[in-house]
Amino acid sequence: MSEMLSYSFMQNAFILTVLASIACGIVGSLITVNRMSSFTGSIAHASFGGLGLAYLVGIHPMIGATIFALASALGIGALSEKNKLGSDTAMAALWATGMAAGLVFIKLSGSYSSDLMSWLFGSLMAVSSLDITLTAALDVLVVTSVLLLYKEFLGISYDLEFARIQGVSVRFVRGLFFVMAALTTIVLMKVTGLIMVIALLTIPAAVAERFSSSLSRMMILASLLSLVFSIIGLTLSWWFDLPSGPVIILVASAVYFVSLCLKKPS
Amino acid sequence: MNLISLENVTAGYNREHPTIKNVSLDVGENDFLAVIGPNGGGKTTLIKVILGLITPFSGTVELFGEPPVRSRKKVGYVPQIVPSRTFPVSVLDVVLMGRLSSTKKFGRYSHTDREAAIDKLEKLGVDHLASKRMDQLSGGQKQRVLIARALAGEPRLLLLDEPVASVDSETQQNFYNLLAELNEHLSVVLVTHDVGAVSSHVKSIACINTKLVSHGETISQHDVEKAYGCPFELIAHGVPHRVIGIRGDTSHE
Repeated sequence: MSEMLSYSFMQNAFILTVLASIACGIVGSLITVNRMSSFTGSIAHASFGGLGLAYLVGIHPMIGATIFALASALGIGALSEKNKLGSDTAMAALWATGMAAGLVFIKLSGSYSSDLMSWLFGSLMAVSSLDITLTAALDVLVVTSVLLLYKEFLGISYDLEFARIQGVSVRFVRGLFFVMAALTTIVLMKVTGLIMVIALLTIPAAVAERFSSSLSRMMILASLLSLVFSIIGLTLSWWFDLPSGPVIILVASAVYFVSLCLKKPS
Repeated sequence: MNLISLENVTAGYNREHPTIKNVSLDVGENDFLAVIGPNGGGKTTLIKVILGLITPFSGTVELFGEPPVRSRKKVGYVPQIVPSRTFPVSVLDVVLMGRLSSTKKFGRYSHTDREAAIDKLEKLGVDHLASKRMDQLSGGQKQRVLIARALAGEPRLLLLDEPVASVDSETQQNFYNLLAELNEHLSVVLVTHDVGAVSSHVKSIACINTKLVSHGETISQHDVEKAYGCPFELIAHGVPHRVIGIRGDTSHE
């Protein structure tokens, strides 16, 4: 254990997973109770188009990914307000289009393919101090938003129409939620890669949902679970010399399936 | 002043085939109106128009004498129960949602909000369930909680969508007694497809099937059956006074 933590790249990996778990648990809980996991999958894959474009025009890939994630999240969000079915189709289309565009852009840019792999499957062994700063900033945004607007988030998640009638600014609160979801997706790409982001956002929250009497407790429990899954996964991947992202996901899904067999407390 | 006032309202999702056509409706203080109609007859559209959730193609809608978007927070709205819904939320937190319009914008609910919520739960006899998870309740209990939520903001009008759709007949009976009690202080409008569920407590009845037929005084089961599914013109009676006993026994006030 101490040998593992003597390497600064492992320290960075642990710091990032701790910070990412906070946003992951909170935003993941909101995504889960709003039944929007395919939305997350869609914006994660759409952001790949932005990555590819960033490589092509020579800017930082994170910038391209973030712009695409935000644009697709707000776009689908606006569409889903008017047309639920249409937004489902749009999500599926965006999912594939983002990947296709990303692959074409990367080929055109002539980038090295290992870069590509790290975005797809995570790169916890290469966490920079910028990554840590960005993740910490996201945590501040997410935690502050939820502290200030918890009752509004709960209201629109439980009964959107009722919240609207009660005068809640649904457009603002939902917009903020979409922005948080997009940014969290980008941050988690470092941990699990964009292909598996959906798992880390939904599995801890799904387990937490079964054992929580309120959304706030679900958020805290989901954050803790995501933290535990990440630390166990990261440690196992070090011992057995396996890629960290997939091991984290395997730990999470193992717990998920065990929790399904447990009886729900009444 | 009328609490709800619809004048020649045509609305829906398709301008050529509106779901409701030329509907006029007035609801005043202390009214107890049941709007019945078949599925697809425009009940949901009617509710959405009243609450300003959709804008009509033509006609005017006023709620408390104002455009609905401005005044809808004064309505105690009780939506249809979704029986299988799971969600980690306590009964008290659901009722507190009825205070969203009256509480401060940022941060937590105030002490006054909590007191109001608990007061309504007591009034509806479900205060012992306050800390339970909403999805562990029976249909009848959920319904009471949703009414408590609607009442938490001290509305002058209670608007209920399919309130008896998923509860047993004994619960329905208690439920109508409860509505009659609440009707002493506020107006009640309920919308349902279930003709058999309309009780003798209701003061007036309207049928909606694209067009709206309002029945005041005495109407018989026969009238209602005839109205169902048939195209009809607006029939307005005087001040609603006596109502039907749908199950054969005509009751009087």
